[in-house]
Amino acid sequence: MSETIKQFLYLNRKAPYGTIYAWESLEVVLIGAAFDQDVSLAFMDDGVYQLTKGQDTTGLGMKNFSPTYAALGDYEVKKIFVEKESLDERGLTLDDLQHLVWEDEDDDWAEKDSIKLVSREEMTAIMDGADVVFSF
Amino acid sequence: MSTLHTVNKSPFEKTSLDACLSHASAGANVLLMEDGVYAATKGTAVEQRVKQALDSVKLYVLGPDLMARGLSEDRVIDGISVVDYAGFVDLAAENDKVQAWL
Repeated sequence: MSETIKQFLYLNRKAPYGTIYAWESLEVVLIGAAFDQDVSLAFMDDGVYQLTKGQDTTGLGMKNFSPTYAALGDYEVKKIFVEKESLDERGLTLDDLQHLVWEDEDDDWAEKDSIKLVSREEMTAIMDGADVVFSF
Repeated sequence: MSTLHTVNKSPFEKTSLDACLSHASAGANVLLMEDGVYAATKGTAVEQRVKQALDSVKLYVLGPDLMARGLSEDRVIDGISVVDYAGFVDLAAENDKVQAWL
């Protein structure tokens, strides 16, 4: 059977914890990682809040799923796009987000950045370029 | 007759905060909770709206919801008080009623 590699884009636009979207998206990404597809994650609007560092849910009695984003590199998820305009509107910079990396086996397992800061215009092109868009 | 208004939606996704601030009378108490806590942080596109509201209403933000979202208290706009769950209960008890903006 011929394998058709499709470009999958997971589009995240919701803040974590207030609704279940962020967690559900992460679960679907991890399940989908078992299939050999070209996976990209996009974070825009309130979705950028999912990646903030230092999340501590002890006071809420809810699971803190933010450490799981750091495991995405091990699942061959290397392309994480964050929209700059969305960060700006929220008073955030890249420094407020987790530093996510993946290991490049073709380069002596060097750690490389997974997150790429993109403009709204670039995000439009990323969406246009995807074969399938999963929205959360 | 005092009212505690609660806002639990992100100001970037819903109009709940703006609707609340537009209808809360002078001297009212407004508690930002759940995704509403993002409105309490500095440097956002709604910061001026929130600061303007501080002239007429008292603003509170729920600490555990800030912590869960990785937002430290030093990111909170000056003039907004951080409260814990016990503080939330006190506010609910001290006011005549609670009005939720969903």
